[in-house]
Amino acid sequence: MTLSLSLIFLLSSLSPPTDVIARDKPNDSGGAILLTWTRSSDTTVVSYRVLRQTEGKATWDTVGLAGRLANRFTDDEVQDGIRYRYQILTVSETETAESAPSEYTVCSPQWFNFDRMPAVIGTIIFTCLIVFFIGRAKRNIKLFIRRIAGLDAVEEALGRATEMGRGILYVPGLSSIDDVATIASMNILGEVAKKTAKFGTPLIVPLRDPIVYTVAREVVKESYTAAGRADAFNQDMVFYVTDQQFAFAAAVDGIMVREKPATNFFIGMFWAESLILAETGATTGAIQIAGTDAVSQLPFFITACDYTLIGEELYAASAYLSREPLLLGAIKGQDYSKLLILVLIVVSTILALTANLPVQNIF
Amino acid sequence: MSADPWTWIAAILTLAIFSFLYKENPFYRFAEHLFVGVANGYAITFYWHRVLVPSLINPVSHGQKLWLIAIAIIGALYFTRFIPKVSWLVRIPIAVVLGYFSGAYIPRAIDAQILQQLRATIVTRSMFANWQSGLWAVIIALGVIATITYFFFSAKRKGILKPVSRIGIIFIMVGFGASFGYTVMARISLLIGRLQFLLGDWLGLIH
Repeated sequence: MTLSLSLIFLLSSLSPPTDVIARDKPNDSGGAILLTWTRSSDTTVVSYRVLRQTEGKATWDTVGLAGRLANRFTDDEVQDGIRYRYQILTVSETETAESAPSEYTVCSPQWFNFDRMPAVIGTIIFTCLIVFFIGRAKRNIKLFIRRIAGLDAVEEALGRATEMGRGILYVPGLSSIDDVATIASMNILGEVAKKTAKFGTPLIVPLRDPIVYTVAREVVKESYTAAGRADAFNQDMVFYVTDQQFAFAAAVDGIMVREKPATNFFIGMFWAESLILAETGATTGAIQIAGTDAVSQLPFFITACDYTLIGEELYAASAYLSREPLLLGAIKGQDYSKLLILVLIVVSTILALTANLPVQNIF
Repeated sequence: MSADPWTWIAAILTLAIFSFLYKENPFYRFAEHLFVGVANGYAITFYWHRVLVPSLINPVSHGQKLWLIAIAIIGALYFTRFIPKVSWLVRIPIAVVLGYFSGAYIPRAIDAQILQQLRATIVTRSMFANWQSGLWAVIIALGVIATITYFFFSAKRKGILKPVSRIGIIFIMVGFGASFGYTVMARISLLIGRLQFLLGDWLGLIH
């Protein structure tokens, strides 16, 4: 027997991989086992074949192939709680050699993904900054936010509409209520509605999302009540049109051309319909103010509108106009978060260039 | 010329929408109202057959995923908007949606839009493997710093902030110009597609 085995070893020149270790893949939701091994020293290796055996069964199943330079493999076709073990076969043109089987292992989900630790730390830092400044705002400590150029245009545009006796069209974007730009737009709509209530200017608010429609109607109604003009609120001011993007754009275009508002506000999240809306509004002679954080649509608004709130200026405008402590605190917290990011970029670059430290791996 | 009535309908409606380029007219108005009406009808049918039936009605009627009933009740609270006495209940599903999406979105946004961008902005020695990549790495880092400074609202634009913000807005506008040109190119290709439909599929003038 020993002679036979010796003869087999003499005839088979291909060396198998060694140190095959199978373990639960860390930082995942389960259903995956990570295999590592030490590569065969043979230069004739073409690939490695991965075999799996379920505890209690006699058969070995092929679960995948790895290249000749590979020393790891992830088996993501396993079930949690079941014990498996693995063998790795070295494959050459003419023969194979099998490794010793690994120990049995079982996979399970983890509660925490430690690979996302930088995101956790970042979230905690940003949250602490925002909560700190919200606290200061609620204690009536004055928080400075510089005036944004587009806000002067809002006052001017509202006055123009009133003088001309024509209405104001306010399009709060085409996104849903969970979009930050929509929430900022609702705040600005509230302030615009207070002004239209005060001056008796007609307000037209077409909406694409039915949930945003319910929120917008409440916002406008409350603004009219706060301005002491609850009687002037008309339910038809705020209306749902359709949730199809270009049908909505066609409808708003028709409204702009038929109703001829003096001022158009495009504040919120927009997509490809942005240029259609802005260009049509420009042809009617209306003064147009836009504000969006959609980077791809900002060029069109900048081209076709009189004033544009770019990106974060939209959020700052909503905080500046409403003076809500929550919004003011959030803007200040975001500002200091940006300052922290700037400092991290500069310090990390200096460390990376001078000391050649791999600082980018920290993030 | 096409003999298919649907091609004729599509072509006539296309021309009705295009007539808006001259001025607003009854043909455009008809096409606009038809578009809105059909879109709404289609959306209701779509959501019923493709969302509510397979995701809610079928599993629950087979005794599976019964917890969906509670979710459906919360969603149905949106309709309380039309009952003045209990219209305040609409805030519950709004709060659930806002809370869920904020919680799900914030960590992903911090990872993808802040940390990954921060990592990519840091200038390292390996970026100077050739002088072009090193130069671009420096330009990108300076652009990011200047752009972030432009969006800093806690201080007036005085002193060093003023020129750095100015550089930031120049970077922003260069980026917008490139985006504008690229998108106009895409829109022209959409127009070409529509013209090919009118001249080819409808009138048969081009093949």
